[in-house]
Amino acid sequence: MSTVTDAWAWLTDPAHWAGDDGIAHRLLQHLALTVVCLAVSCLIALPVALVLGHLGKGGALAVNISNVGRAVPTFAVLVLLLLTPVGRWGEGPTVVALVLFAVPPLLTNAYVGMRGVDRDVVQAARGMGMIGRQLLFRVELPLALPMVLTGVRIAAVQLVATATIAALAGGGGLGRIITAGFNLASTPQVVAGAVLVAVFALAVEAVFVAVERLAPARARGDGR
Amino acid sequence: MTGPPDDCLARNEWICGAYLSTRRHILLDAVLQHLQLTGLSVLIGLAVAVPLAVLARRWKGAAGPVLAVTTVLYTIPSLAMFSLLLPLYGLSATLVVAGLVLYSLTLLVRNILAGLRAVPEETRQAALGMGYGPARLLLTVELPLALPAAMAGLRIATVSAVSLVTIGAIVGFGGLGNLIYAGMNTYFKAQVLTASVLCVVIAVAADLLLLGLQRLLTPWTRTART
Repeated sequence: MSTVTDAWAWLTDPAHWAGDDGIAHRLLQHLALTVVCLAVSCLIALPVALVLGHLGKGGALAVNISNVGRAVPTFAVLVLLLLTPVGRWGEGPTVVALVLFAVPPLLTNAYVGMRGVDRDVVQAARGMGMIGRQLLFRVELPLALPMVLTGVRIAAVQLVATATIAALAGGGGLGRIITAGFNLASTPQVVAGAVLVAVFALAVEAVFVAVERLAPARARGDGR
Repeated sequence: MTGPPDDCLARNEWICGAYLSTRRHILLDAVLQHLQLTGLSVLIGLAVAVPLAVLARRWKGAAGPVLAVTTVLYTIPSLAMFSLLLPLYGLSATLVVAGLVLYSLTLLVRNILAGLRAVPEETRQAALGMGYGPARLLLTVELPLALPAAMAGLRIATVSAVSLVTIGAIVGFGGLGNLIYAGMNTYFKAQVLTASVLCVVIAVAADLLLLGLQRLLTPWTRTART
């Protein structure tokens, strides 16, 4: 039990919260990385997935890219990027790796959501004279929204995890507290950092669950 | 006087045949450790997941908590998971296996439970009508029918475990991850690329192996399709 009290003591020491290596700064870094990379990944993945889903093309690619993403170790990608010219540019490897691992779940879920829209509804909309763009934005996208949101939630949790691993390859974020703890052979610091990361990840998941609950019934997929 | 050898190792190239031939034993040891860590954790995860899923299926009240706990476990990033286990296991291979077991468990329980729930009620009733007891119903009807879903979970769990073993490098037991970690610190391009490629090769090979096993175990799914 002494480890728990030691970790708690480490966490509540004000000295560990201040400064460039402090908890507050690392927390902000982690949050900024997650939010910025989630926005970038959505901007890249969602238009592609929506258009592919609308046209019904590239399904094999959109679905299999998630399996490929799972087989490639995050850590390996981070180190490979670090050794390329991208590595000289500060947080470059972290940002590129984060986006690379957030795109597959976004792409797959949005595509599956678009293809899951009832074909009869699409036919009916076509029969009412809707053109492609109207069909996409006013029929398919609203009906696919629950799956798109699920993809965003999975991507966000994935981003938090990847940003943690980035610390192994010299990136910023909460993972740095853990790696610094390992270097100092300080178990309390390692555990304290791990608790911070775990709480952060669970908080991100909770925010998305809350958003899904508060969203209009139409976006939840159960109130049709 | 001879200068340093001018081969791909000295030039620190990404792809290097000399690296493969001179570091064969290091690579082989790392691959073996990688396979051991992955195999052990997936097998333990499977041994724990099957009873848990059956339990959650039998007692409706248990399903909620079991799924909630597995969701929370799966949300915790791998580096944090290994770190949280540090006070319990220290810097050991057991720590890596324990962390990986928790992740495999999560994926397996969800998939096996989904498979068990998808068994048609008519099928269960028919078996009961033929005089099957609960144990025989589970072993000869429900589990075989849940097999395709369970195998899908096993494939995802195995591929994820192969990739997550690399994070074990933080405690010195990461299989090929150790080589990536060392290669990062020494800027050794050939080592990082070779180890990374081997990781992906292991993951793909394991996935195909399990797919083959699934085909062998569930011949009825193929005859139904043709």
